[in-house]
Amino acid sequence: MEINRRLFTLGLGSAVAWPALGGLTTAAYAQSPVMGGTLRIILSEPVGLVSAVSSQGPIAQISPKIFDGLVEYDLDMNPQPQMATSVEMSDDAQTMTVVLREGLTWHDGEPITSADVAFSAMEVWSQFHPRGRSTYAALTEVETPDELTAIFKFSKPSAFVMNALNASEAQVVPKHIYEGTDILTNPNNLAPVGSGPFKFVEWQQGEYILLEKNENYWKEDEPYLDQIVVLLIADSASRAIAFEAQEVEAAGAIPVSLADARRLEELPFIEIPESGYEAYGNNNFMEVNVRREYLADPKVRQAILHALDREAMIKNVYFEFGKVATGPVPSTISTYYTADVPTYEFDTEKAISLLEEAGFTPDGSGVRLNLTLDPLPYGPIYPTVAASIKQQLAVVGIEVTIRSADAATYYQRVYGEGNDFDLTITGASALTDPTIGVQRFFWSKNIIAGVPFSNASGYADPEMDEILESAAAEPDPAKRIELFHKFQVKAATDLPILPINDMPYFAVKNTRLQNSEVSPYGFGGSFSTAYLAE
Amino acid sequence: MPSYASFLIRRLFQSFLIVVGIVIINFVVLNIPPGDMADVMAGTAGGGDPGYADALREEFGLDEPITIQFVNYMTSLLRLDLGYSFTRNMPVMQAIMDRLGATLLLMSTAILLAFVLGVLMGMIAGKNAGKPLDAVISVLALIGYATPLFWLGLLLILLFTINLGWLPSGGMKTIGMRGPWWQQWLDIGEHLILPAFTLAVFYLAIFARLMRSSVIEVAGQDFVRTARAKGMTEGRVYLRHVTANAMLPVLTMLGLQIGGMLGGSVVVETIFSWPGLGRMTYDAIFARDVNLLLGVLFMSSVCVVVTNLLVDLLYSWIDPRIGLNG
Repeated sequence: MEINRRLFTLGLGSAVAWPALGGLTTAAYAQSPVMGGTLRIILSEPVGLVSAVSSQGPIAQISPKIFDGLVEYDLDMNPQPQMATSVEMSDDAQTMTVVLREGLTWHDGEPITSADVAFSAMEVWSQFHPRGRSTYAALTEVETPDELTAIFKFSKPSAFVMNALNASEAQVVPKHIYEGTDILTNPNNLAPVGSGPFKFVEWQQGEYILLEKNENYWKEDEPYLDQIVVLLIADSASRAIAFEAQEVEAAGAIPVSLADARRLEELPFIEIPESGYEAYGNNNFMEVNVRREYLADPKVRQAILHALDREAMIKNVYFEFGKVATGPVPSTISTYYTADVPTYEFDTEKAISLLEEAGFTPDGSGVRLNLTLDPLPYGPIYPTVAASIKQQLAVVGIEVTIRSADAATYYQRVYGEGNDFDLTITGASALTDPTIGVQRFFWSKNIIAGVPFSNASGYADPEMDEILESAAAEPDPAKRIELFHKFQVKAATDLPILPINDMPYFAVKNTRLQNSEVSPYGFGGSFSTAYLAE
Repeated sequence: MPSYASFLIRRLFQSFLIVVGIVIINFVVLNIPPGDMADVMAGTAGGGDPGYADALREEFGLDEPITIQFVNYMTSLLRLDLGYSFTRNMPVMQAIMDRLGATLLLMSTAILLAFVLGVLMGMIAGKNAGKPLDAVISVLALIGYATPLFWLGLLLILLFTINLGWLPSGGMKTIGMRGPWWQQWLDIGEHLILPAFTLAVFYLAIFARLMRSSVIEVAGQDFVRTARAKGMTEGRVYLRHVTANAMLPVLTMLGLQIGGMLGGSVVVETIFSWPGLGRMTYDAIFARDVNLLLGVLFMSSVCVVVTNLLVDLLYSWIDPRIGLNG
């Protein structure tokens, strides 16, 4: 076990290989697992079941149960062998060699070979996966010298690829089913032939998705469960009731309202796990449109942050979920996070004097500045936070108008042509590597009209671009960490984005469910070792 | 029956024009707001690169000018092809048919329950106008009319699922249940009780209130006095003369409400995780899946038009004085 951890912290600098490991994970558990049983989980209806073509949230929760990744990450983000027995990145970070486990088969019995890996990378991830298109942008070809070896060739150093090899980021799909078809409308996206511990059985639209144990899974004795029933319950109040009535055992990705989560937690049979969401790097923040002349002065942005009592917001609006964010890299991504950055404590007088300095004096009714605020229209949390921000900013003379809209309108306003917004309270996943998940909001070359979750603030700074680009290309892990610390200091100084809350992407589960948080992807893991205690 | 035939032909032609009009209005309205399905999909996917949304638009045919999209849609509609739903990854017709059964079951149970109970309560209240029984029924109807669906639904779940443990909280059937057909139906019935009742309450209240006032009005008419004068028993007077005549406005309301019920079923289906059209429609609105929305709206406008036609036919059956040509 030690070997893996050491070898794979980005797996660079030296040749890396895992010994063939079996039963590694099971040995670690004190309690002996219960075999069999049906686990019931809740999900919003996904648009498909294949992560290789979509990074939509609900798909990422279920797809890794049907498909294995090349690797799976442990709680410290060290890769563990899954389909691949070894992954090796060259010193220049431009060649990655993947060796597959022998004897793997698809659920339909066909063998899994390096040709499937090459096809998936070249024809699927780099074409259709929304993040894969940029993660694998430098991928020029995948060589397959033999049935088990796939050699990825990159035109630029792509060290960060090592942090995106699991089932939801780089999912190997069966070539014999996808080749020569329209990949986005292939029926396999709805009824997949996979490779993971659970096989797809049926999907009753609007009702449930049924998965059953893959008897031929490569890990002996796994999966422990016989079946997973995925109930497609959309309403969060109904979900809370299903938990309370014990009609369901688990759900990930903030499945119920924060108030309900705190209420359910009081029940003796309900638990909110403290880990198993680190890889999502979920955080809430406020983007500021710095193109607006009244928001161009950093003093105004600092004033806004000083005017917000974020501790109180977390206590009262977020029901004590999360902690005050210091910058764009959430503290859960411990490898890259630093707390050593400029901070902005709650101080309305300081806020007012900063506004005065920036030349905003109160008019007759005490208003210094009128701003619009667009809450991200997913779930009830952002509108609630927006209301709280409006109230607090009024104290320092900033009059906020909240503009609620549906998703399409929101994306057009904030990310569309013309970027018609002042402030937006939103949230995103920083993912496992800042190059993949955070760079997009700060890099000036990512100011692209019409792309959701790109650089909407319009912030363009050559020094910042330089830091981000060096970090993306840097093969040395220690130097990358240093660069990302520099990045966090710069981001907290310039403040195009105001950090609010490092909000856990928590799950709710019945205490009977064990081993559900064995990876930082938590409920987006394979669940091959999950079981229901008696 | 030449009058029936010509009535039907005329009405069918009118209905066709109405449906075409509805489709045109729907198409225009759904394309007015900024943003489209590709924006939403790129957003829920967590971003992507510049080409992603455009690639989706090209795939969906959303890169064509709106007029071309309209002509394409209308021509395929004439072939009864409702297009492809990219958010559900299947043809619109299939997506609708998958869910139609569940919605029809829920709506027909609810409307039947509402109609029968509503008319009955309205009759009793109307017959006893001003007495305590009337007051009780009227207050109940008022409460039913004023209670928000989602609140009632959640409260019923709290009572019957969590506190009493008698009924399931949602879904349409117990998943994985194997058994003879009658057991399966019993199982569906058990799941149907709460959502159907929740959906029925509002309409029950409407029917009860309408029936009550209608009964009171008709009971004061000359022909009722004549019937009484003939020596008919009070029960027969109400059954034969009052009820039949008082039903007409309630029937009109029935025709109108069936369209509105689809709206109510969105809420009920969401709370009870009922796998019907309502919930899918709601999701389609937020996903801006215009094809799917147009398909659902098309099907429901056809349903409403057909129902109204049936109600008109019912009129002349219940009250032969109402001609079909009028």
